[in-house]
Amino acid sequence: MAETTVATKSVKFIITRQDTPDSKPYTEEFEVPYRANMNVISGLMEIQRNPKKADGASTAPVCWDSNCLEEVCGACSMVINGKPRQACSALIDKLEQPIRLEPMSTFPVVRDLVINRERMFGALKRVKAWIPIDGTYDLGPGPRMAETKRQWAYELSKCMTCGVCLEACPNVNDRNSFIGPAAISQVRLFNAHPTGEMNKEERLDALMTDGGIEGCGNSQNCVRACPKGIPLTTSIAAINKDTTKHLFKKWLGM
Amino acid sequence: MKGNSYFSRKLHSLLGIIPLGGFIVVHGLTNYQAFERGPEGFSNGVHFINSLPVIPLLEIFGIYLPLLFHGIYGLYVAYQSNTNTGRFKYGRNWAFTAQRVTGVLTFVFVFWHVYQTRIQVYLGHITHEELGSTMNLIASNPTYFVLYVIGVLAAVFHFSNGLWAFLISWGITIGPKAQRISSYICMGIFVIVSALFILSLVAFRGDEFKEAASAVLTLTNIG
Repeated sequence: MAETTVATKSVKFIITRQDTPDSKPYTEEFEVPYRANMNVISGLMEIQRNPKKADGASTAPVCWDSNCLEEVCGACSMVINGKPRQACSALIDKLEQPIRLEPMSTFPVVRDLVINRERMFGALKRVKAWIPIDGTYDLGPGPRMAETKRQWAYELSKCMTCGVCLEACPNVNDRNSFIGPAAISQVRLFNAHPTGEMNKEERLDALMTDGGIEGCGNSQNCVRACPKGIPLTTSIAAINKDTTKHLFKKWLGM
Repeated sequence: MKGNSYFSRKLHSLLGIIPLGGFIVVHGLTNYQAFERGPEGFSNGVHFINSLPVIPLLEIFGIYLPLLFHGIYGLYVAYQSNTNTGRFKYGRNWAFTAQRVTGVLTFVFVFWHVYQTRIQVYLGHITHEELGSTMNLIASNPTYFVLYVIGVLAAVFHFSNGLWAFLISWGITIGPKAQRISSYICMGIFVIVSALFILSLVAFRGDEFKEAASAVLTLTNIG
């Protein structure tokens, strides 16, 4: 009798699926029962529990990647209704239905919504996005960072390597070797650090090689797309300034 | 360091403003003489340019070589870009795509325009004094006129928006406020320089340019 009093609401999904890294993508429709405060991940969990398509036919459960479920790890990035974002912070109540889920195909697709973001970690290694302090003895405390600087540097440190800025960038594609906005902003972060600054030329040099900072075409989609509100275009322009200065200093032998 | 796209991209950006951006402004101002002062003003402008020293060197190193490098490398840059204005409908993203589209349009237009004017002078079909009447012929043809207006708007947009991007690529405008203000200035430059070119195209349609042409022809015939 309860069924007659409670309106059965459901959530419709249209999901782009892909069985293997090399196979052709296809779409499948799903309809899952609605619950209050659902997000895209809980919708996907519902499909996992009952892997049936909207027409009732059985199918393999949809694969996705997720971890923290609070928009700090960056693992569950996918294209939701056309926009790259995190599935965990994409609330069903705020999405237009049917909800279209696609993998961020700028990256190699592993399966369904799972992508391989290895190029981003490779980029961080390339620009040496760390502070080298290892030694054979205790080096003691480093120089202090000014509070005013710490405040904006903290914003840059929120980057979770989620890949949304690369997905949004028209210059990150198969024909272009552009490193992407995230790594450039990390160079700014580590070059701002009083100890990291001691190796700033190495990081600038890395961005002044093929596929470095010159790949930026100023479409400024990255800063709009970034879920953490990182001022990526400011970072890029600031590093443009630093690389330009570094270029002339090197030419002049300074 | 060989084959480093950082240097070629940086050179591409620099050449687009110096000398090419400078050239387009001077070109616009010279043409505008046709609107402001008629055939005489325009021919004075042409005469002034031709009175500059080492003209062939200025042309080769100040215009032709930078133009070829900027144009050909620019085609490669355009090829390397995707268009995602459907997914990201932001003004700046539209400008990004427009920068590439107008770049290709300008590339084609400049070749055509140089063929119709400068190459004809090289070939000896016309003289520098007859450029006004040549432009009168071109601007009086409705199809050519429309194509010239499109070409001019593409070139000037590419320059103005390119100036905005240049200021970022060289690290001059860094924060969002600086970039917003420079975008207003660059938009102003687009309007003003476009107006210079379009008004001069309109002026070239005037009969006085045809008459000036025949006057020049008569003079040369007598001479």
